[in-house]
Amino acid sequence: MKRLIAIVLLGCAVFGLYSCAPKQAKKPTIVVWHWMTDRQAAFEQLAGEYEQKTGIKINFELYAPSDAYSQKTRAAAQCNTLPDIFGILAEKRVFASFVKAGHVLDLYPYMQQDGRSWQDSFFAKALAVNEFSQDNSYGVQPGIYGVPLDITTIQMIYNKDLFDEMGLDSDKPPQNFEEFLAVGRQIKQAGLQGMVAGLAEIWMIDCLANNFAFNIMGRNKVLATIRGEVAYTDPDWIKVLSLFKQMQDEGLLADGIVIMVNKVAEQLFANGRAVFAFNGSWCVNVYHSMNPALNYGVMLPPKINSEYPLSIWGGAGSSFMVNARSENREQVVEFLKWLTAEEQQAYLAQATNNLPSNKECLDDISPALAQFADDMDLTTHPNTWGVSELPLVTEAWNKGIQSIIIGEKTPQEVAVLVQVVKERELAKKRQ
Amino acid sequence: MMRFKENLENYMFVLPAVAILAVFYIIPFFWVFKLGMYEWDGILPTKIFVGLSNFREIFTQDRIWWNSMLNAGYITLIALTLQNALAFSLAWACDRQIRLKNFYRLIFFIPPVLSEVVVGLVWQWILDGNYGLLNHTLIRMGFPQLVRHWLSDPNTALTTVALVHSWKGFGWGFLIFLAGLQTIPQQLYEAAKVDGANAWQSFKNITFPLMIPVTVLVGILTILGTMQGFILIIAMTDGGPVYHTQVPVLRILASMRGSSRFGYACAQGITFGFILIIVSFIQYRFSKRAQH
Repeated sequence: MKRLIAIVLLGCAVFGLYSCAPKQAKKPTIVVWHWMTDRQAAFEQLAGEYEQKTGIKINFELYAPSDAYSQKTRAAAQCNTLPDIFGILAEKRVFASFVKAGHVLDLYPYMQQDGRSWQDSFFAKALAVNEFSQDNSYGVQPGIYGVPLDITTIQMIYNKDLFDEMGLDSDKPPQNFEEFLAVGRQIKQAGLQGMVAGLAEIWMIDCLANNFAFNIMGRNKVLATIRGEVAYTDPDWIKVLSLFKQMQDEGLLADGIVIMVNKVAEQLFANGRAVFAFNGSWCVNVYHSMNPALNYGVMLPPKINSEYPLSIWGGAGSSFMVNARSENREQVVEFLKWLTAEEQQAYLAQATNNLPSNKECLDDISPALAQFADDMDLTTHPNTWGVSELPLVTEAWNKGIQSIIIGEKTPQEVAVLVQVVKERELAKKRQ
Repeated sequence: MMRFKENLENYMFVLPAVAILAVFYIIPFFWVFKLGMYEWDGILPTKIFVGLSNFREIFTQDRIWWNSMLNAGYITLIALTLQNALAFSLAWACDRQIRLKNFYRLIFFIPPVLSEVVVGLVWQWILDGNYGLLNHTLIRMGFPQLVRHWLSDPNTALTTVALVHSWKGFGWGFLIFLAGLQTIPQQLYEAAKVDGANAWQSFKNITFPLMIPVTVLVGILTILGTMQGFILIIAMTDGGPVYHTQVPVLRILASMRGSSRFGYACAQGITFGFILIIVSFIQYRFSKRAQH
């Protein structure tokens, strides 16, 4: 019996000692959700390097297409099952809802550490897209809620070979709208297709129209319209709408552009089937994968007048947000600091042909990409405006432009229709 | 006591089915109806109760919604007539003693088993205004005046989408009609032949009345399937140009994802569901009367 008691006591002692021994903390696994099919291989390469360096495993989970990804993040937000790192593919008001629902960590304190070294490594415009300022109209606590991975500018691209074919100087693309229309007439004569763009996608048509609007009436008037202080029936807005009619009449818009999604537009341009494209800097990678021999140049959208500066959409291309409910917040932030550091950003820029968000890496980019980077100073982004247009107004505006292109409505009719929707939505908001 | 036990036993047998129905259909239906009475963006934890105002907006202000309903109605009409007439004719032909009938059966059932996205993209390529196979063929055949931008022209977009939808869907009707035709006893035709009936009389007095229940079934399935269809449209036109090929499900998606109006989208879903129930009920009553 005594022997039995001794064995039990010994067992307890061994078990107790084992339990009290200092355990090595288990390294977490960080899960990242993203939609960037072209970057998965590069992300996995970086994840491997990070695991080797720190022992922390990074799982990059790809969900594509972007529509499906967007739906997945919303569903996950409703169920509180968002991963450690995710991206929000939507307008600022949706981003604001994610923040207000407590899903996104404010990175401002981390950005301020070490004398703001992390914050200062980014292009200010790239960071601004993820920022909510003191006086933001969304009711969000001021802060920085995302880390820009890359930057982008959306511009016009032209096919140099087709320019040569039409007898135009391929080093001198049109600078203003008159010259642009003149090229349109030559395109028509040559039986070629003019500009391709994903005008079936609301954001793309909005982007092109905004380029024109900023140049015609200036930023303040555009923002005043969004706030409801200027009507869409204002002559300047009708002028913006009329440009689409002019472009259509002069043969500048490719046939079927109103039902064209950007992927199709990219294919057509890459295969030399259109003279112009309206696309973002990500297209460098896309065109290269579709047709490495494509000979193209980048140009700013044609200037309408010289009273107001030309603005193009740009800033952060894709950003990552940190789940505020993640148990691994600190490790996640450390990983993002590493991912956006110079070396990793240079690798991403080189491997994926995207403009890096870290401003120290711009020297390493390809000449094609450099053409997009040159005009970074002209960029603006709806996420930095502080106000968002009401969604049904945006829809009415974009569908209205489509109906002008297909000749169903006049610019004046569309302006009136959009204003009706605007007033109705504003009245609803006031209730 | 014995009877109670028997009843309980019977209830136990149906319980799994009732539970599945309740969990996946009845409870979600009431949940969606409840959400339809809120203003909610689908992300924020707070929802604002707005009563029936989402429904009121659908019925009094949302003209695009009712236009999309008309578009879906037009596609359904083409499916009910052209698609089902084609399905019935081919089933009738294959039911007879013709050569290679098994081969035809297989061929006719290929379109329905193909992915809608793939079918949509292939047809988009065929119908492309500039580089499409259809226009190319029309030009080669000497009909350049018929060349169109089939999918981006507002005059042809909806009909083109409806015809592709019918091509994609006729195989289901074909299969059900064929199964129905094969259940008609051959003796009826033989007796009619003995009585001196010709082919048309046999069809009118035997095939047609006996096929009414099958036709009703195919009709209801066509209405429900076509009204709710949207994948093919997303792949071909994404509802454009403008709103010319918009259908109710695309509007629900636009409210939910584009405008972040989750509550409104739920109200649209409920309204749409009720409309489908009413249409199916009317068709059922109508065909029941025709049967008698």
